[in-house]
Amino acid sequence: MQKLTKDDVHPKIVQALLGADSHITLEDALENEMILNMGPQHPATHGVLRLLLRLDGETVIACVPELGYLHRGYEKMAENMSYMEFIPHTDRLDYISPPANNVAYALAVEKLAGITAPPRAQYIRMLLAELARMCSHLVSIGALAMDVGALTVFLWGLREREKILDFFDVICGARFTTSYTRIGGVASDVTSGTLKKIIEFLDQFEEKLDEMERLLNGNRIFIERLEGVGIISKDDAIDLGFTGPNLRGSGVEFDLRRATPYLFYNEMDFTIPVYTEGDSLARYFVRADELRESSKIIRQVIDKMPNGEVMLNSPKKVLPRKTEIYTKMEELIHDFMIVNFGINPPAGEVYSAVENPKGELGFYIVSKGEGHPWKMKIRSPSFANLQAVPHLVKGYMISDVVAIVGSIDPIMGEADK
Amino acid sequence: MKEVLEEKLKKEFSESSFEFTEQFGELTIKFDKSLIVPVCKLLKQDEALAFILCEDITAVDWATRTNRFTVVYHIFSMKHSFRLCLKADVDNADNKIDSVSFIWKAANWPEREVFDMYGISFNNHPDLRRMYMPEDFEHHPLRKEFPLMGIPGSVSLPKK
Repeated sequence: MQKLTKDDVHPKIVQALLGADSHITLEDALENEMILNMGPQHPATHGVLRLLLRLDGETVIACVPELGYLHRGYEKMAENMSYMEFIPHTDRLDYISPPANNVAYALAVEKLAGITAPPRAQYIRMLLAELARMCSHLVSIGALAMDVGALTVFLWGLREREKILDFFDVICGARFTTSYTRIGGVASDVTSGTLKKIIEFLDQFEEKLDEMERLLNGNRIFIERLEGVGIISKDDAIDLGFTGPNLRGSGVEFDLRRATPYLFYNEMDFTIPVYTEGDSLARYFVRADELRESSKIIRQVIDKMPNGEVMLNSPKKVLPRKTEIYTKMEELIHDFMIVNFGINPPAGEVYSAVENPKGELGFYIVSKGEGHPWKMKIRSPSFANLQAVPHLVKGYMISDVVAIVGSIDPIMGEADK
Repeated sequence: MKEVLEEKLKKEFSESSFEFTEQFGELTIKFDKSLIVPVCKLLKQDEALAFILCEDITAVDWATRTNRFTVVYHIFSMKHSFRLCLKADVDNADNKIDSVSFIWKAANWPEREVFDMYGISFNNHPDLRRMYMPEDFEHHPLRKEFPLMGIPGSVSLPKK
């Protein structure tokens, strides 16, 4: 954090920061008022988020977030590549939970192309999405605890996450950049041995989670730093576009897995944790409870998983198997056409949204019947959630800003796209 | 849901035309851009509809069409678990549309993003700045004429 001079801040940002008192300039702000820059290079902003804070003493009067430091123009890039080629780029949106993004994107394209993946592939997708949710929440809780000064939980959380990443490695072939889903299925099947290992992991994970919760829930510093900090009411939370755990921390029972069921979530038995306080602590409790719910869902998914194919047999839309490409003429032609010209879904537009760990991840795709989308918009949950930061931090101390941003759990990869 | 919406909109805006389309199980309503604020107000405030969550606002650049842009709104009614898509055409010569950010606060940033990426400005927007690109950037990257590789020299380096 450093004090700013006039050259550092664009006049329009100053205008937004000062609001009604626009006659104040940066140099002659009121005696005890000051404008402070936080980020984009700051360990507590979870990436490259830049916050400009207007302070009165230590109290935040106004806050202006500045985005775009990780803007890679994915929406522009998507317009210039085939549907298949964009799958690896979805890994880099919410980079804490890549498989969940892969699933969201594959579902959107399949909806547009009018195909459905085989049941086993859909169960595998659910399994991966829930493992990704656990991954994301473990990092989120750990980072929040670290932001307010408790380092141990971060290390314990990352230790458990490492085990999940090992599963990603076994199933997808990569720990982070999984690129696991294909249009019409998933890249490879899951062995029964892996599924058994996942059950074993869950058995010990629930104990470990109890340990972690004991460490936090009985920790007076942790509770006092979060309780009553960054309160947002139910109506404001909806109005500001909150989704996911943040919204459920404000007492709204809204989960897209229930509201608009996709995959086989309507067959799963799970509860949606809701806390009514709306403060940072409630948002932490929601995530901790969701870890247990995810573990419950994974057990059911493994229990109910049917046998069968993991890729759809639809030659014009789905890549054929490699063994067939090398031996059959038809398959070779289809493979050539799909790789070179794309899957050409019918002209039309589709909006498909799923419940990602951070909230609602939506893909809006406009097709003109060509191999690449005419337009693709990514509705990222972190972008919408960050919008509430100025509202949340107003009136709190500067040290609370760190706790509030941590409890919102933004990932700049998807907020900046 | 479609019948209810049709009836309510017809009753409130009798002289305007609304184009209903259904695709992939999603309902889309297209209408004139001058109606965007009153229609959104009705959809949000009507107790029976209650589209209280504004999920997303974006635009589509059709490049060669007369009405070059279409502004697309995705709104959600938690009461009915129903998603609705609203569309309004905007011409390049008069690329302005009324802001809905005072109906849903969530519309603030997405509108800024549309302004940044397409150069469509929103009337009565409280803080219409660029969202991602630097403030002194002169182009609108998601317009179809903007090259994929970017324009060399268009992003200025930091002063220090």
